[in-house]
Amino acid sequence: MPELILILLIPIMPFAAFLLLGLANGNFIKRWAGAIGTGAILVSAGAALLTAYDYFFVYGGSGGAYRKILVTEYEWLQFTPEISIKMGLLLDPVAVMMMVVISFISLMVHSYSICYLKGEQRFNIYFSYLGLFTFSMLALVMSSNIFQMYIFWELVGVSSFLLIGFYYQKPSAVAAAKKAFIITRFADLGLLIGILILAFEAKSLDFEAIIGQFGHGKSASVSTSSAWLGISTISWAMLLVFIGGAGKSAMFPLHVWLPDAMEGPTPVSALIHAATMVVAGVFLVARLFPVYYFSAPEILNLIAYVGVFSALIAAIIACTQTDIKRVLAYSTMSQIGFMMFSLGVSGFGEEGLGFTASQFHLFTHAFFKALLFLCAGLVIHEVHSNEVSKMGGLRKSMPLTHISFLIACLAIAGIPPFAGFFSKEEILLAAWERNKPVYWIALFTSALTAFYMFRLYFLIFRNSNKHLHQPEHREGSAGQMVPLFVLAAGSVVLGLIPFGRFVSSDGRPLATELHLVFSIAPVLLAILGVSTAAWLYNAPGNRPQEVSQRLGNLYKAAYHKFYIDEVWLFLTKKVIMNGIGKPAAWFDKNVVNALVNFSGNSTIGLASKIKKLQSGKVQLYGMVYLFTVIASVLIIIFFINRN
Amino acid sequence: MNTPGLYHILFISTALFFIGVYGFFTRRNLITILMSIELILNSVCLNFIAFNKYVWPEKLDGVFFTLFIIAIAAAEAALAIAIIINLYRSHNTIDVNAAEEMKY
Repeated sequence: MPELILILLIPIMPFAAFLLLGLANGNFIKRWAGAIGTGAILVSAGAALLTAYDYFFVYGGSGGAYRKILVTEYEWLQFTPEISIKMGLLLDPVAVMMMVVISFISLMVHSYSICYLKGEQRFNIYFSYLGLFTFSMLALVMSSNIFQMYIFWELVGVSSFLLIGFYYQKPSAVAAAKKAFIITRFADLGLLIGILILAFEAKSLDFEAIIGQFGHGKSASVSTSSAWLGISTISWAMLLVFIGGAGKSAMFPLHVWLPDAMEGPTPVSALIHAATMVVAGVFLVARLFPVYYFSAPEILNLIAYVGVFSALIAAIIACTQTDIKRVLAYSTMSQIGFMMFSLGVSGFGEEGLGFTASQFHLFTHAFFKALLFLCAGLVIHEVHSNEVSKMGGLRKSMPLTHISFLIACLAIAGIPPFAGFFSKEEILLAAWERNKPVYWIALFTSALTAFYMFRLYFLIFRNSNKHLHQPEHREGSAGQMVPLFVLAAGSVVLGLIPFGRFVSSDGRPLATELHLVFSIAPVLLAILGVSTAAWLYNAPGNRPQEVSQRLGNLYKAAYHKFYIDEVWLFLTKKVIMNGIGKPAAWFDKNVVNALVNFSGNSTIGLASKIKKLQSGKVQLYGMVYLFTVIASVLIIIFFINRN
Repeated sequence: MNTPGLYHILFISTALFFIGVYGFFTRRNLITILMSIELILNSVCLNFIAFNKYVWPEKLDGVFFTLFIIAIAAAEAALAIAIIINLYRSHNTIDVNAAEEMKY
């Protein structure tokens, strides 16, 4: 059976690091903050790996399927006899897989950050925030109760806010942090309402109870009993829950915060905005997948289209951006779109290839995207700029970084035998089997992926006719290079894991096989994308400018991110400000304020009238006293005589 | 001459009481005010004695009360004079109007 102490250790260690580094202020702590944080995560990652091994190979499976194991649970808040909020630890294949990814990537990022942020004023605060984030993310995936998960969901948002705004002297970082927090908070409102409706319908907040009630074929009649606008209540709830997930996972149209979030330190982008936090939405949909599949199929369909649309526009925008981290951010958004639509097209049980593929892609993507960001961090350190136009020919001064970046690019582009190839193939296969339009868009997008990743690669590491900078640091230090190599090794070999054997929609092993014939088209398209990028960017002359001029308005629109930011600004500044904000402000100023001021002013007026009574003259007091006594005696005598 | 009755004594005590009240309200000198208060207290004592003697001659309650009041008056006079001396030290006067800082 699961060992409670071992499992508890996984989230507790980062939390302890957070408290220690955040509260202590000694010089010793400040100097060794990085080592302390990394040590804590090392323990946590070790415990996570042990737990994963035990779960998958020792106690998790029974009767040919992986069970959901409730490790511990206690009642925290009771609202009504039926509904209570419990705190618990739930292990299932998805949670265990996420646990390993989070603690492992976090370990890599911790180790990398020690050198990356050396000499920073708030060195220990940085590691304390990282600890807080890792703790909340681990607790999020292990939650047994949807409300408990919501608590950690918000904590994750807070730590993301704190880390984006880590360089708080930079106005752009502050703005980005606020933007990220407000947009995800706005989306979380949907999640909260969805949770409340779910709790009302299912009479419970536990994942198991909710899935037990709505996550099987017989539940359809229950959920369609009440409907609004032709959609059942449970579907509305699941739609609202998905809005929360879309906010965190940067799905269109709530994605605008993710590119701006790149203002944070680069390792933070690797950990939070590439590998872990942004896939929380995918995790949420995966957790509630049976409910989506059986009780809200129309919402699942919507998820598929939102996912594939996000993947497409993000890939188009990524082709035009010139800031290295923004390109990576849009690529993250595009890859999360892949995971989302893969869930959206998935079936259940035997048909659940999409589910497995989505989780597989989440797993491999975490490795190669974190690797890309960590490499980008080294490159930015070297040239002191985020602009790709300032880079070029770096493969000579940074050969090891170059190799790592190349491996990650090959992985994300889906070139065999790198990890991304296997997961992306599965996603495309799932889409091909169940939804043809989604498949064609996804195929085009994966070609674009190869193009924009290699555009980045050629602009940074090749194109050596430019010598814009003097090499300074060359490679990073050992603490930075080791994570790079580990992640690069992961990006190469992890695709060979028979993922369907471990993670599937119903816990039963799913046989996934590679159809070589099917793979020909995606791989050819990927190679086409790579060679287009090489033709455009690895050649003298200015072919890119010519092509972008040829494309005209399409290029301009993509360069300006399809004006989605402007639409949001128009909506918030013009429509909401003038339509709701200003009338509300008027009401506040002229009605609420007036009432409050009136009560205050009338009290002051009355007080100034009667304060004269307190004159300080003893004889006056005596006189008042005497006549009061006489008057009261007279009144008493009068009443006594009357009776 | 007749021996004085209850009403004579009550008249005297009432007169004493109002003389004391008048003094309390009109004097400005704190010593005089203190003396007025003593007059009021004495009028009350006189009342107790008179009622004890004429209404319940077999009891001694009124006499005991009077003794209490005399003791309390002595203590009160000591306190009042201490206050007055302190006032004189700080204000250089014992005019009651000078001590009106305790107001709004």
